[in-house]
This record gives sequence, C-alpha cells and structure tokens, in this order.
Amino acid sequence: MKQEIIKSPISTILVWLVAVLVTGTFAWILGDIIFHGVGGISWEFLTTAPEDAGRSGGIGPILVSTGLILAVAMGVSVPLGVGTAILLAEFTSATNWFGRFVRRSLDILAGVPSIVFGLFGNAFFAKTLGLGFSILSGGLTLACMVLPILIRSAEEGLRGVPDELRLGAAALGLSRTATLFHLLLPAAIPGLLVGLVLGIGRAIAETAALVFTSGYVARMPQSLLDSGRSLSIHIFDLSMNISGGDTNAYGSALVLVILFLMINATAAWLAHQSSSKYNDSYQFR
Amino acid sequence: MTWLKDKISSPSKLNKSSQFDWDWVLVWVLRIMAAITGAIVLLIVIFLILESLPFLQVKGIGPFFTDQRWNPTEGLYNFTPMLWGTLLATMGSVVVATPLGIISALFCQYYAPVAIGNLYRRLIELLAGIPSVVYGFWGLVVLVPLINRLHPPGASLLAGIIILTIMILPTIALVADASFGKVPQEYLLGATSLGLSKWGTICNVVFPAAKSGLFTGVILTVGRAIGETMAVLMVCGNVVETPSSIFDPIRTLTANIALEMAYALGNHRSALFVSGLALMAIIVLLAVAAEVITVTSSPVTKNS
Amino acid sequence: MTVTNLDNLQATTQESVLMRTEQLSLSYGKKIAFEDVSIAINQSKITALVGPSGCGKSSFLSCLNRLTDLIDNCRVTGRIFLEKWDVMNRQIDTIALRRRVGHIFQKPNPFPLDLWKNFAFPLKEHGVKNRQEIDLIVERVLKDVGLWHEVKDRLKDSALALSGGQQQRLCIARALALEPEVLLMDEPCSALDPISSGVVEDLIASLRQKYAVLVVTHNLAQAKRIADYVGVFWVRDNRGKLIEFGEAKQVFESPQHDLTAAYISGHRG
Repeated sequence: MKQEIIKSPISTILVWLVAVLVTGTFAWILGDIIFHGVGGISWEFLTTAPEDAGRSGGIGPILVSTGLILAVAMGVSVPLGVGTAILLAEFTSATNWFGRFVRRSLDILAGVPSIVFGLFGNAFFAKTLGLGFSILSGGLTLACMVLPILIRSAEEGLRGVPDELRLGAAALGLSRTATLFHLLLPAAIPGLLVGLVLGIGRAIAETAALVFTSGYVARMPQSLLDSGRSLSIHIFDLSMNISGGDTNAYGSALVLVILFLMINATAAWLAHQSSSKYNDSYQFR
Repeated sequence: MTWLKDKISSPSKLNKSSQFDWDWVLVWVLRIMAAITGAIVLLIVIFLILESLPFLQVKGIGPFFTDQRWNPTEGLYNFTPMLWGTLLATMGSVVVATPLGIISALFCQYYAPVAIGNLYRRLIELLAGIPSVVYGFWGLVVLVPLINRLHPPGASLLAGIIILTIMILPTIALVADASFGKVPQEYLLGATSLGLSKWGTICNVVFPAAKSGLFTGVILTVGRAIGETMAVLMVCGNVVETPSSIFDPIRTLTANIALEMAYALGNHRSALFVSGLALMAIIVLLAVAAEVITVTSSPVTKNS
Repeated sequence: MTVTNLDNLQATTQESVLMRTEQLSLSYGKKIAFEDVSIAINQSKITALVGPSGCGKSSFLSCLNRLTDLIDNCRVTGRIFLEKWDVMNRQIDTIALRRRVGHIFQKPNPFPLDLWKNFAFPLKEHGVKNRQEIDLIVERVLKDVGLWHEVKDRLKDSALALSGGQQQRLCIARALALEPEVLLMDEPCSALDPISSGVVEDLIASLRQKYAVLVVTHNLAQAKRIADYVGVFWVRDNRGKLIEFGEAKQVFESPQHDLTAAYISGHRG
C-alpha cells in the first residue's frame, strides 16, 4: 500500500485527497452537531413542551406532531404506492400507454422541488379542500412527495420475485388475485419495507413542503386538523427566528440526525435481508 | 412478466356464474390507484396555473423583468435579482460539485480498496438523505461566521454555493458511481492489457463509456440545486439584490417563496405561484433533457 | 409424410385423441418461433417432442394451456382443441383449462411455502376447502410420485429445502393433485442429476396409465425408452417446424425425413 502511494502519479494522490476532503467535511458537520447537541438531549428534553418560544423547555409536542404527520403521510401513500407498483410491475406491459403515462409522471414527481410541493399543498389541501394549516394538510403533501420512492422500491421488490413462480401458479390455474396475495406479495415484502423506510426517511427530512401546509404551531396537537410543527421546522425556526435558540436547535438537530440514522440502518438491514432471500434458498436464479 | 388484459380472457361468466370475479375487481382497484398517482403531477401543474392566473391575466409576464425592484407591497414584482441568485448559486455549486462527485465515484470504483470503497459509498448514500435543514443549520452556525471573518457579512452567495455543493455532491457521486459500475469489465481489462495507466484508462475508456450516465447525473443535480430551499435560505442572507461579488448576500427564487408565502395575499401570492410554476417548468425541461440524453447516446439501453 | 396433413394420422388414432393442434404458429414480435405445427395427443400415451434447442418446443407447450397469455409481445395463431373444446377462443375459462392441462417446467418451481401448503394453496383456490380431503389428496399424489415416504414427516418444512429431484417430483405431484387429463412436461429431467433424472423418468413412464403426456426432451435415448409417439422439431428458415410426427417405433426405425434420420443417428443436431 505504502509503496503504491509513493509510486502513484499525481492523479492518484488527487483522488485520495478529494475522498479525504469529502469525508472530512461530513465528519465536521456531524461532529459539530453531535458535540454541541449531545449535552442538550435528556428524557426531559424529549418529553416536555417548548417554553419561551423554544429557547428553553423540550420538544415533546413537536415529536408528537412529527409522528402524526409521518403517520398521515405513510398511511395514505403506502396503500396508493403499493397498488400502483403492483399495477406497473404485474399488470402493465412496457408499451402500454397508461403504464408509460404513470411512470413518466412519477419520474417528474420525483424531481419536483419540495417548495413546489409546499405551494401545491397550500393551494390544494389547505385552501381548496379546506383543511387549513394542519397536520392533515402537511401529511397529505408529504404523501405525494414520497410516492415515487415507495413505488420504485415496491416495483423492484416485485420484479425480484422469480417469474417461475408466476408461470407455475398460472399453470396450476390459479387466479391473479390468489397468486398476488399468496405468493408475490409475501415474497416482495422485504422490498416493500425498504421503500416504506426510505419514504419515512425522506418525509422526516422535509421542511420546505411543510412550512405553509402543516404550519408553525408548537402546541400539543389535539386533532389531525390542528396545526403542528415538525422537528425540521422547529430547527429552522429556532436557528433563524429566535435569538438564543441555538442550544435547543442543536439538541433538536441531533435528535433528527439520530432518527434519520436509525431509519437508514433499518433500510440497509432490510435490503440485505431481501437480497439474500432467494440467492440462498432457491434452486433457480 | 405481465398479465395482459387483451390476451387473458377473464374467467368466463358462463362457466362459473356463481363465483365472483375477483381478478376483475383487483385490476380495476389497482388501475384507479395508479390513475390517482399519475394524476398528482397534473394536479400540481393545474393548481400552480390556477393560482398564477390572477397575476398573469392582469399584468402578464412583463412586470417580472421590467419593474424597478421586488417590492410586492408597492406592487413591484421584479424577479431578476432572484433569478440571478438562483442561477449563480446553482451554477457555482454544480461547477464545484461535479468534479468532486465524479472523483468520489472514481475513488469508490477504481482507487479505494474494496472495503473502504464500499464504506465510502455507504457514507455518500447516507449524506444524500441528511435533512437539508441540518446542513442549513450547520452552515448558519459554523460556515457563515467563518466567511464573516474573511469578508463580512458572511451570509452570502459563497456560503450558498458551499452548502449546495455539499448537498448535491452525494447525488452526482451516486449517479456517477452507478454509470462507472456499468462500464463492461472487458473494456478495463483490454485497456490494462494494452499497458495504459489507471488514469489513462479512466480518461480514454471509462469516461467515454460512462458519458451519458454522467450527463444525466449532472442534469439531475442541476434540478436538485435549483429546487433546494431551506439550506440556501438559511445561509444566503436573502437580500433582494443582484450580487456583484461572491461575498454579497443573495435571495433565490425558492427562498423567496418560503419567506413570503406565509403572509402573501392577492397579486403577491399569485406572483409567488408564478415563480413556482417557473421552477416546475424548469424541472420538467431538465427531465426531458435527461431522457433525451439517455435515449440518444446509449444504444445499449434501447436494444435491451 | 407432410406435416400439415393430419388426416391419415387421425384415421389411425381418432378414437383416443384427447388434444390436437391445427397449424399452430407462434411469434414473438416479428420473430417466428415455430410455424404450422399440427399434432395429436392421445389418451393414455406418451408423446415426445424432440429436436435441437431453440426450435420452439417449449413455446409450443406453453400454447397448449395458454400460458402464452402471460408473455408480452407474443402472438399465437392456428387452432387447439381439447376434446371438442376450442382452446384458442378468448372467452374460454383459462383457469378451468389449466386445471385440465397440467404443466411441468424444466426447472422445478415449488412455491416458497411449506410442502403441505404447496398442495393446499392451489387446491383451496380450486374449491377443495376441507382439511381432511386435502390431506387425503396430498398423501395419494405423493405416493403416486414416490415421494411420500421421503417427506411424510416433514410436510411443514419449506419445499425449497428438498433436493432438485424431490422438488421436481413435488411439482409433478402438485399438478396431479388437480386431477388433470393432459400433462405437459418441458424437459422435466434436464435440470436434474442423473440418478434423480432416472427416478423422474420412471415416474413419467408410469403416468401413462392415467394421463395423456406430452413431454419435450433433448434426450433421444429417453424419448426412445418412454415415448409412444414422437414429433421431431427442426429449425428451417430461422423458424421452428415439425418435420416428422408418428409412432415412436416408426420414427426411430424408419424415419421418413432425411433430417430425422441424421438426427436420430447422431449425425445432426
């Protein structure tokens, strides 16, 4: 190894430098947040309500609101996403116009800036449907946002199921419904879960789409029609609008990062599970 | 493998009049779900247009470029400074992030030992998903004060470019990594057997073979940079002025929406939706461009 | 013998023909897989289709139970009859068709469920809900394929834990559980080791008593051992054709077609 570096041309040194630079920058960011945030986190911080506009107190209601927004988002997007993925993967040929239309829309949807989702959510859910600034508005907006991720993983999960199963089932005269529910979906579950977890990761990271859909109110929400402040908005508000809010902002940022890392670890573990499933035990493929 | 409707005859009603046809129900339920999913993009465009119309009908597009400045309370709606802000921040970050991202991918594929390469890839994947508000917060409390010491005020185009670079680097690195991964192994072996150096192989064999993937990656990244809101808002100072130096504060289109939407009414609100519609149009154009590049420059994907 | 002319063949075997095709052709997009294939499958006989690979034998099997419906971009023309039933008619109940015409694949494809559920799931879907009844059927068909004593104590184990040969016999048993009349077998032994292959071959030979069997094979010796009728596929003009069809004895001992003779003697193919 050492010798190789000494012999290496400039290009090799450059490549290693960039890798070190990138790793270093990210270590700096995460290190800074952990270093300043870890002192602020306690059981009390996680459970009590914010006081003095968030300068002191905790983030209890904010965690509840975040959880509710996520629940609405995933509760709506998962059935819709899985249904769409099944149609695209199992019932639509590559040349079908409807399938192509849906795929194309999803490709575009995946690239839409979150602030545009925010505008749409505000105009459609909050104003036109009359849901106002509420957890429901925010959750539904996020549901639209995570759909492409969900559908992509669910489709991959279904495509990973060997065709031999489909042929075998059809040759036994089994209906599509029975094949789907008894064979294909069970086999695709790890892929579906990866999509679910990635979707949660995307939703929990979101700020811009929520600013004018779920709103800023930091009180404990009483219903889904109440405004609720998500963790990311809390961090934004504390750092931008509240002088002296940095300590709690650091604490909240660390909580968000930890949640995010946990979600990612789960996704990685699930993806590993699903990839090893057929390779190990199935004769074919 | 798919079940095609026009080829499958649904179980005949004659033979099993008693049995309910679940397959038929299933397909229609799924179709309705997919139709809803597919309609979301249309719905977004429709609502952006509906909300933009009041402004466009009364004033047209002209005021966005000809008004003296941006001051909605006085009825002045010049977008130009924000357009410059978005354009400069995007271009700056893409110019910096593209080489860094591609080199990162080279590192994963060709330079790092396998274990380190995989670890590095995992790290990049993680970074691609870290909440933008976290990057923004770090930029606000660490980066902006640092730049302030160099050249006040600190919150500036430079801070925006740095934060955006950090945020889009993972995207471009992952796309580049994926396109390098698709370069056939025989090409590399062939080049090595001809005695080309590693760097020579990369320049003469890998880059040409991965070209379309890299282009697509850059285009996707441009979209991401244009659309990024919160992190940019937190570090750029948000003064509505065309910057004359890299240390001047800027306001981007997205930040403008996030800052003013909460209290905007009437024409002001409508004007913000016009900028949203413009963003959406840019994203669609970029998606089309990416598609064209993928289709035209890689015959492999077309044939398979 | 010209292939398209079935009349003389039918004259000799008419009473026992269970399934037959008339000028059946199949194409994937513009590529024609096989063309103008007319054969008859007889009750209580084994019909073997032989020929070099890539001449459409497997695709031909998939037409007979309309599995081709599942494949994108594929078009079937011609006629297929199961007794008097027009299989190509769009309105027919494919589920009932596939119950009457079982299909065994080259690679064994047990469901990733336990052994018992591999039978119970299709049986339940076809209306056999009673547990005792299912148990009886499972025992009967597993005995038919000679697997009962090997697996009777581990019916709750995953079917994927079985060896390749056992998996293939399980798949045959699973098809038999639905009481089909015709069994289509697509190179059922070629993915197996020689010993398992022998076991499965003996099993196929024994199935003759109850079923009309159509087996595709590369293995001429195997066809010689088990078949009552033989059809020879060949690639001509870049598409599959049936160049000879008749009683096994006649095809092997006095082939009508030069290519058949060359193939059988090992000179071609």
